[in-house]
Parts: sequence; C-alpha cells; structure tokens
Amino acid sequence: MGGFVPHTDADIAAMLEFLGLEDLAELYAVVPAAIRLAGLDLPEAVSEADLVASLGDLAAKNRGAASGVVCFAGGGAYDHEVPAVVRALAGRSEFVTAYTPYQPEVAQGVLQALFEYQTMVARLAGLEIANASLYDGAAALVEATNLAAATTGRSRVYCSQGVNPRWVEVLRTFARGSGQAIEIVGLRDGVTAFDGVGAAPAGAVVVAYPNYLGVLEDLAPARRAADRSGALLVVCQDPIAAGLLRSPGEFGADVVVGEGQALGNPLGFGGPYLGLFSCKAEHVRRLPGRLVGETVDREGRRAYVTTLRAREQDIRREKASSNVCTNETLMAVTAAIQLGWLGPAGLREVALRCARGTRYCREALLAIEGVEPVATAPVLREFAVRAAVPPELIVERLLGEGYLAGIPLRQGFEGTSAEGGLLVAVTERRTRVEIDGFVSAFAAVVR
Amino acid sequence: MSGVARRQSSPGGRAASAPLLGRETEPTIFELSAPGRRAWSFRTTGLPEWSAEELVPAEHRRAAPVPLPEVSERDLVSHLTRLSHRQYGVDLGAYPLGSCTMKYNPKVCDEAAAAPGFRDVHPATPPSAAQGWLQVLVELEEALCAITGMAAATLQPAAGAAGELTGLLLMRAHHELAGEARTRVVIPESAHGTNPASVRLGGYTVATVGTDARGLVDRAALARVLGPDVAGMMLTNPNTLGLFEEEIVEIAEMVHGVGGLLYYDGANLNPILGVVRPGDMGFDIVHLNLHKTFATPHGGGGPGSGPVAVGAGLVDLLPGPRPVRVGDEFGFATPARSIGRTHSFHGNALVLLRAWCYIALNGREGLRRVAETSVLNANWLRERLRGAYDFPYDRPVMHECVVSAATLKHETGVRALDVAKRLLEHGFHAPTIYFPHVVAEALMIEPTETESPETVAALADALLAIAAEARAHVARGKKQSALLAPRTTPVGRLDEARAARRLVATFDARAEPTT
Repeated sequence: MGGFVPHTDADIAAMLEFLGLEDLAELYAVVPAAIRLAGLDLPEAVSEADLVASLGDLAAKNRGAASGVVCFAGGGAYDHEVPAVVRALAGRSEFVTAYTPYQPEVAQGVLQALFEYQTMVARLAGLEIANASLYDGAAALVEATNLAAATTGRSRVYCSQGVNPRWVEVLRTFARGSGQAIEIVGLRDGVTAFDGVGAAPAGAVVVAYPNYLGVLEDLAPARRAADRSGALLVVCQDPIAAGLLRSPGEFGADVVVGEGQALGNPLGFGGPYLGLFSCKAEHVRRLPGRLVGETVDREGRRAYVTTLRAREQDIRREKASSNVCTNETLMAVTAAIQLGWLGPAGLREVALRCARGTRYCREALLAIEGVEPVATAPVLREFAVRAAVPPELIVERLLGEGYLAGIPLRQGFEGTSAEGGLLVAVTERRTRVEIDGFVSAFAAVVR
Repeated sequence: MSGVARRQSSPGGRAASAPLLGRETEPTIFELSAPGRRAWSFRTTGLPEWSAEELVPAEHRRAAPVPLPEVSERDLVSHLTRLSHRQYGVDLGAYPLGSCTMKYNPKVCDEAAAAPGFRDVHPATPPSAAQGWLQVLVELEEALCAITGMAAATLQPAAGAAGELTGLLLMRAHHELAGEARTRVVIPESAHGTNPASVRLGGYTVATVGTDARGLVDRAALARVLGPDVAGMMLTNPNTLGLFEEEIVEIAEMVHGVGGLLYYDGANLNPILGVVRPGDMGFDIVHLNLHKTFATPHGGGGPGSGPVAVGAGLVDLLPGPRPVRVGDEFGFATPARSIGRTHSFHGNALVLLRAWCYIALNGREGLRRVAETSVLNANWLRERLRGAYDFPYDRPVMHECVVSAATLKHETGVRALDVAKRLLEHGFHAPTIYFPHVVAEALMIEPTETESPETVAALADALLAIAAEARAHVARGKKQSALLAPRTTPVGRLDEARAARRLVATFDARAEPTT
C-alpha cells in the first residue's frame, strides 16, 4: 500500500462505525452496479526505492547535459545559467505546495513575489501592466490576439512568419474556436515584409523581436502596419535579448508577450514554462489571467491580493474573454528570483555574452565550405544556417559527437529559403572550447 | 463518540508556527536595492570580448539597462525566505479547499523532476535521444486511459482550463467532420466557472441546466434543453456539491440521443479512482487535473497539467505530435485529423513525470484506497458538522462536502467568509467559500485522503468551535470575534475593494508610499 494514506485499519473501522457503515464499499452505494469497476488495469504499487532505481534507468536513456551533451538548441527553450540560490529559493515548499492565493492573509509570500514579478516583466516590456503569467509563450500569444480581437472587434490577425512556428500552430488551433483568421506575413532575408500588409482592417499585427530566425527586425514597419489596419501591435519578446535591445514599448507595442523559461527555469523537456504578458494600462480590464495588486489590511499595513477579479472566468463565466484559471505561479516566482539575481548589469551581461558566442559560432560555421546563412540581417543570440546535408541528419550525427546542434527549420517555412535550415542558439554557458568542438564536428558532418 | 481516539494532546494538521518577530511588512525587492550590488557570475568562456556597440546595431540597442533590483545573494535569500514565512502550503498543514484536492505532494516526485537526466533535456531533442522521457509520457498516457476508461490522451494542455478548451475544440472538430454546425453546449448551473468561459472560447453558447431537489442534474430540465443544435454537455461527476450523479448512464444516453458528446470535467476524479471510470459512465472526452488528483504540487497557482483523454472515435483528432510506441521504442506521431498543437512543446513535462511517479507509487490497489479514504474523510467530517451548519442536500457525499452557514449568519451575523477567516486563526487553511453558487453561504470542504483522522477531527473541532462561539457571543451580547479575524496572520483582513479601485499592480504604479 502506498504510504500517503495515513489511516490504519483500526482508524477506518472506527470512522465507518461512526457513519453507521459496514465497509468502505458502502460509501459507493450510489454508484450503479452496472458501471462499477472490478479493478484498475495497472501494475501493483512500487516502493520509493524501486521507483528511484527505475527512474535512473529511464533517465539514462535521455541524452542531455547529464550525459555530456552540449546544447546549441533554442527555439524558445534555452540552456541558461541557473544558480543554486534560485533553485533553493524557488524550491521552498511554502511556494511549491501552495494553492492559488484565495486566502490572501496566509498567501502574502506568493502574492508579494508575484507583485515583484509583474513589476519586472512590465519593465522588460516597457509597458505599464503585466499579469501574473500564463502557461507558456504560445498561450500568451493566443491571449494577446484574443485581447486584441475583443478590443478592436476584428478577428483578422496579421502574423509575421518570424513568429515561433509552434506558437503560430497553437494560435491556429485556438482560432478554430474563436474564429480568428490568421494571415501569415512572409519574410524577406529574414525580415517580415510588412509593406505588403494593406489597409484591410485587422485586430492584431504580430511580430517577434528577435524573430524565430534570430533576426533583429525594425519594429517600425510593424507599428505602421498596425496603424494602417487599425490593429493592436503584439510583440513577442525574448526576455534575455531584452538585456541589450530596446523595449517593445519604445517601438509602440500595445501588447508584449514572451516565453519566460529562460528566466531561471530548466529546459525540462518543454515544461512547465511560463508565458510573459504585458500591455498598456488602457487594456487592463481585458487582461487575461491573474493580476496582483497592492492594498492595505485593516490596520493600514501594506498587503497584496489578486485584484480586478471581475475580469476572471469564475466570475464572468460565459462573458469572459479568457478561461485562464491556473497560471504558472511557481515559474513566475522563479523568474522574479532569477531577475533579482541578475539585476540590471547581469541581464545586460548575459545578453552580451550570448551575442558574443553567437557571433563567434556563426562566423566559424559560415567559414565551413558549403554552409550558408539563411538570412544576412543582424542577429543577436540565435541564427540559422543551411548546408547540403538535411538538418535532421546533422542533428542525429552531432548527437553522436555530444552536441545538440539545433532545431531543423521545416514547419512554418515550407517553400521559403529558410526551409531545411538549422536554427542554432548560443547562450552565455557556451565556452570557446565547446564552440570550437561543435564547429569541427559540424564541419565533419557537412563535408 | 466520533470514532477517532486522541493520540496526542494537541491535534495535528494545523499551522501552529508563527513568524519569529511580529507582523512587520516585508519591503519589496525594489526597496532593498542598492546601486552597484550584485549576485551574478558566469562561466569563463574564453571568447572574444566584443562590446555591445560592436554586436548590436545602434537602432536596436537600449540606452540604459533594464531597471531591475540590485541585491546581494544574501539579501535575495533573506527576502525570499521571509516571504516564504508569510505563505501557507500543504506541507504546513491541512488545506481543505473544496474542488482543489490539496493532498500531500510526495517528495520523491519532486526529486525525480529535479534529476538532471530528466530536467536538463531540451524539448527539441530527437526521439532517439529522449527515449526515457518518451517512455514516461507514453506510459502515463496509458495509465490515465486505464484510470478513465478512454482510448487515448493528449498530455499537452498545461492546466485544467486549457484541457477544457482542448476538449471543446475536439468536440467541435468531431461535429464539423460530420458536416454539422452545432451551436450550444449544456452545463449545469453548479459547474466550475471555467466551464462557461471555455464554452465561449470554443465558439459555442452556453445552455444551463438546473439542479433538482437532490442536488443532481435535473433530468426533466435537461430533456427540455437538449436538441439537434447541442454539441455536447460538460459535467463533473461527482458534481460540485460533492454528490455522485447516480443517473449518469441515463444522462449520457440523453446527450448521445441528440448526437451530442459528453464531456467529463476531471476536477473531481479523486473519489472514484479505481471505483468507476468516466468512459464506463458514457463520457466521450475527459480532462484531468494532475495537480489535484495526481498530487503534483500546485506552486501557488500553477504549474498545473490538464491532459485530455478521448474515446476511440476521437483519437484521430487529438493534438500532435503525440508520444507513441514505435515497435519496442518510442517516437512522435501526429494524428491524421489533428486539431493541432495546444502547447509550445509537449506539455508540462516535469509535472507529467511527477504524476507518472505518483501512479507507480500507489499502484492498482493504492489508487482505490486513495479514493475510498478521501470519501471516508469527507463523510466523517460532514457528519461531525451536523447541527452546527446547514446541510442543503442531505445525502452521503464523495470527496467533499458543501455545508452552508446560512442559518449561522441569520442567527449570529457570522458569514461563510467570517468562518473562513476565523479558521485561519485556528491554524488551518480555509475551505472554498461561496461556491457552488446554488448554495447560499457555501463552505466547500475537501479534506483529502492524506489528512489523518486526527487532523480531520481537529478541523471539525475548529469549525464546530467557530459556530459555537458565534452563537455564544450572541447569547451573551458580545461582539463577534469572527468578524475581526484573522488577527494572528502576517496581515489582517484586506481592503480588497481598494485594490481594485486604486489599481497598483506594479511597484512603479504606486502614487504614494504605503508602510
């Protein structure tokens, strides 16, 4: 028997007697006999020690940092430095084992940490308001176009091809219900051709900064396209690149979303991550998800509480423009701790180190005969290359040499010059020795 | 009398600890900041030290660093540690939030998720190099299908509400494939608030069906609301009153009879694990809340995980790519008519891993024991409260009981909210209050199976003491102390109206400093 039910046989007998019942099965007298289950088709319980042993066997079948694989993959999930202090603090059981702060008097820890998180995320975006996080970058983008559609009353979305293609797929999935029409605006040498976006009315114009190919796009054409079509400008921001780049708010973004994994959260095979979401103050009544605000208690002491609850699904029910309930609070608290560890100079430094490694790695790869850039426009911390060898083969072969080489560019880039390219990311954790080794192995594969 | 022997002088399960030194406000990290302080350091890379000016075109380069706080590592630690002391968690004591299933979260599951062999794997790692991960995901899907009686599942949805919307999009795709444009989804008036919001985002309108005198779906009302334009019905069983919908087979037949699909909101799955399966009740689509039933920690409001399991007729529509068996190995496959991705990658993998561990640790018999004990605790607690609180639907319950403070309020002025705040002073987290809406002054109490009889007894004693105290105060003409509660917590009752009226959602939005 698993060890998590404390009741002894004597406890159960005594409690049943108090209820006037003979046995536990009587608790289910209301369940029709015809549908009662004879028994679950599952294995017997395993002990913790046996579980740990089998987990070790399974973990050994994964190839990551633990087995010496050096990561050059990004695409929304990055191998950044996470110091012990961030893991220790974010792992405190008071944060880990709490529920949503429905009783604020005993949830000031989480609430204040979220208030600090909201402040930092809004400052990254250069906007006034940030929520307490959403599921991931893709979910934040969906909520952004929902907000834009509700605000403008228009359902057309002009989305740059430079937006993470997996996020665009999620956008299309949820558009099945919302009825939004997603129109992709193509890339020219890695930069979105917004000049093709005419005056047709739209709810949102979406662009990524930097974009999925790593390219730094001027956001002014996106802003003009939004103005021409009466749309809100939604910018997908990389929070690490933000250490060196102007904020989307400076470019006139109405909503800024992003994937927050890079802020102290592990790669974790894709989750849990967190969606960053900021907007101009005028949109606060349509802000999705939870929002923490400052107030005072009866004695006038500063305190925090989830606020503007009238926006939320459990109050508005079918009038709600979002159904978000649970968000990613623990990941948001982690991000706030990581940003506190970094500070202004540290965030700039990590972005700068990413940019240095990226330039060094990109130049070395492009020096290999037969390796071409997918785009020549400036990049910051990620870039795409192509070679005569298919990217999937490059990835498989380099895994044998101890490198995760990147992410093949396929879906979302069909028929473009990016198709068949390889997206490579270099974080501040990559050393010259690692990059030199990667480049040598890459050269051996594509030659 | 109650069947629970006192084994200790002070009953367990309560948060008896208090902050070390009074109730001072913790400054924000921005107020702790001092220019030039830092905690960070990075690897020595040996790379050329190009400057920002050399690396970033001027038109993209920010003029000044992002204004983040500047603190030492030591100050960061003490700040967050002090904040943690101002936070209740299930590790501290009972957390009887109805419908939230705040059971104990086994530590070994957290340790599994922290193992570098799982934690430090990039989600774009090819299947050949992620066989351990894929095996966990496939086995979890298979276990969830065995538990729910369904054919296949997607693990992508990151929380229950995301699962609901995914399920509704599957419902929509199913009808569209049949060439049908149905417009309405039926939900009970007692449904979780996410249900109607998800229905709207799924592109449907809500048709509400009432509750009968027993607290169950009003079948006559359901018959009136069903029609050829109904896409389906969302239901949780047991329902939000904690009652098992004993006519579920008939309800399923009614919904299927008009061509609709039956959707199972898995928030309340815990009491029926191994007892009865949604698939056998007639449900077509099931979402699960792994952070409730399967004991993954909720992190103060996430991460969750909301897998969606479906019957055989809907498997081709599931989101992809899906982890699948390929011979003796594991890979990814996208279903033929997939509605598309619902997550950036594969779902909240580290949460999924914890759930896989939890199922393995409990096994076939253990999961049934979980269910039975959760029902035993809820019924025992409910019976202890008889007389002190109202029982709006006086029937045996499943995992939670909904009692009402309506009579108490009438007699004493003490409302459900006041009972909840007074309970905080007794060292327990409060139950869910004012939900479901069909019960006035509702207290929705879910003790869960991991609370010992002593803890449940102490919780019952506290709730009884609060009611008795309120009635005694009236008898003696004293002011109700529950109205002043909580007085022993880091802050007292909050001015929630002010928070909404004068919105201060960032440190920068403060018009005037508070102390």
